[in-house]
Amino acid sequence: MRAATLIRVAGQSILRNKMRTLLTMLGIIIGVGAVMMTIAVGSGAKKQVQDRINNLGTNLLVITAGAATQSGVSQGAQSFNRLTIDDAKMLQSQSFTLMAVSPVVMTGGQLIGGQGNWRCRIYGVSPDYAVIRDWQMKSGVFITNADVQSARKVVVLGNTVAEALFPGEDPVGQQLQIRSVPCRIIGVLEPKGQTAEGNDQDDVVVAPYTTVQDRLSGRSFLGQILASTSSPSEIEAAQKEIREIMRDAHDLGPNEQDDFTVRNQNDLADTAQETADVMTLLLSAIASISLLVGGIGIMNIMLVSVTERTREIGLRLAIGARSSDVLKQFLVESVVMSLAGGAIGVAVGFGGSAIIGAVTGWRMVISPVTVALALGFAAVVGIFFGFYPARSAAALDPIEALRHE
Amino acid sequence: MGLRAADDSDRDSDDETIGMIHRRDNGGASSAPATSSRWVIDARQLVRTYQMGQNQVHALRGVDLQVGPGDMVAIVGASGSGKSTLMNILGCLDRPDAGSYVLDGVHVDTAGKNARADLRNQKIGFVFQGFNLLARTSAVENVELPLLYHRNDHRLPTRRLAEEALQRVGLGDRMDHEPSELSGGQQQRVAIARALVTKPSLVLADEPTGNLDSRTSMEIMALFQDLNREGVTIVVVTHEDDIARCTNRKVELRDGLVVHDERLRDRVDAAQEAARRKSSDSVIA
Repeated sequence: MRAATLIRVAGQSILRNKMRTLLTMLGIIIGVGAVMMTIAVGSGAKKQVQDRINNLGTNLLVITAGAATQSGVSQGAQSFNRLTIDDAKMLQSQSFTLMAVSPVVMTGGQLIGGQGNWRCRIYGVSPDYAVIRDWQMKSGVFITNADVQSARKVVVLGNTVAEALFPGEDPVGQQLQIRSVPCRIIGVLEPKGQTAEGNDQDDVVVAPYTTVQDRLSGRSFLGQILASTSSPSEIEAAQKEIREIMRDAHDLGPNEQDDFTVRNQNDLADTAQETADVMTLLLSAIASISLLVGGIGIMNIMLVSVTERTREIGLRLAIGARSSDVLKQFLVESVVMSLAGGAIGVAVGFGGSAIIGAVTGWRMVISPVTVALALGFAAVVGIFFGFYPARSAAALDPIEALRHE
Repeated sequence: MGLRAADDSDRDSDDETIGMIHRRDNGGASSAPATSSRWVIDARQLVRTYQMGQNQVHALRGVDLQVGPGDMVAIVGASGSGKSTLMNILGCLDRPDAGSYVLDGVHVDTAGKNARADLRNQKIGFVFQGFNLLARTSAVENVELPLLYHRNDHRLPTRRLAEEALQRVGLGDRMDHEPSELSGGQQQRVAIARALVTKPSLVLADEPTGNLDSRTSMEIMALFQDLNREGVTIVVVTHEDDIARCTNRKVELRDGLVVHDERLRDRVDAAQEAARRKSSDSVIA
């Protein structure tokens, strides 16, 4: 029997009992729909994390001080603050792969100006910072090399700060007091939103690092050094190069461990994505159970069907069907049923995801791979649970089957 | 059924295929050796024994039966005489424990499971007492069914052949009717069309009139006689004597042996008999 005929015959048999077929498929429909929805939630979360990581900057490398070891005991990251402006300058001058390097002096402080006062983080950086973070200006300009060299008292506000202190107006050109030091506002940054950890990236004031070091904090150590390459393919080489330059700058002997850490964007993304992955896996596993139950439903109905149609099987054998023809027919019936259920389940998955997204505001992502996976899984369920009933149909003796009442 | 005989271990290889529909004489089975024979059915010393618990039941104890092409034979006998067993063997549904059975030149007793399935498909047309039509399936699709199991079905105009077969049994205007929309006699005609559609060497009818009233029975027998006049070889298994008298030859079985084999001089013309029964019905009514 040809495949097309086989599928047609199977379709006819299935349609002969519409209500029962629908109820049988319900298990698969719910299973596939549930798997699709959980994967949609999971990949949505993952995509969001990915976007936030990308939001940090392009081809970003973060150098932090730390992982110092005292008497063989690692003190953990930033236990030893040994990043200096010289390190940043060294990287800038010696590296071939880095496109931009910016020191980040981190402090915090009270701002007074505009509508009142505000407390936030203050970053002392170089002009490269805007390039590395891929941060556009909402208004005004970013700090310049001249600002850095002269340690000018100019600041650029994050969007949150600007809206808190100067609601409804453009703060560029206005004055602001940071820890009683009067500064001129020269620009406002575009809003960037939250980080993967949920920190507001716009709740920040950016100033030349010289200004922050000399006039605001008095700290000479850097919180971190940010750098970026011009293309993602260079990140690995850059990481290696940074390590060499930094080890050289810190005078580390061959047996000494790094007293700094270089991480790229993927390292940052990994942790957050792992969490999303585990959640997705867990939820999908639970959803898969309903698919399994759906499969058992199919097996149950197919066994009933084989018993009910014993005479039909006997007739088919009598008029020349081989056992393998009967096996194929019942197997195709269960696969067609589970695939049809899978297809409806995919539709349910799309609909359900749209509803969940609309109600919760979560981002839902359904990729073609998810759809293919769901359908493939449904087909496997059909074959697996259809095999036993099909085999018992094929094993029937035609004489007995024809006599069956 | 109890234990099967040991030599009935069916071989399952897929290449045991019988030749195409229209090749009657040298049914080119690859596994079953073909011999030229003037018989459609050439069965010799068929023995079939069942194990029923502790007892052995000798269903056939050495049956000889030869049926030539174009013949119409009735196999009669009381229940337990072995006629069902004989029919199963003649229909390639079962194999004898001993003896030889050559169907249209093909040795059935040595054919494997798949080869016998192909033999049933291409050389035999079954007609059953209970019609055995697929419910909720149109007449033409029911008739088409055997062709779908033909090894070369993609080369056959299956729908056209099915329509032709239905026309041949006088149901050209009922092609799209489902069994539930047809009378018993019409359903049996569909079943006969299904048996004819593969142009088999042998039509094997097992109590074909058992579920029909006496007038319709005669109409069905008239159809068999028409087909027989066109050259179709027909074997009817029955326990009704007036059905047997519509055939050319009556073979009686008793206790697994042929006890009577008689060629009937002038068989009853079933069409006339049906007309007679119709008129007597109307007299009664």
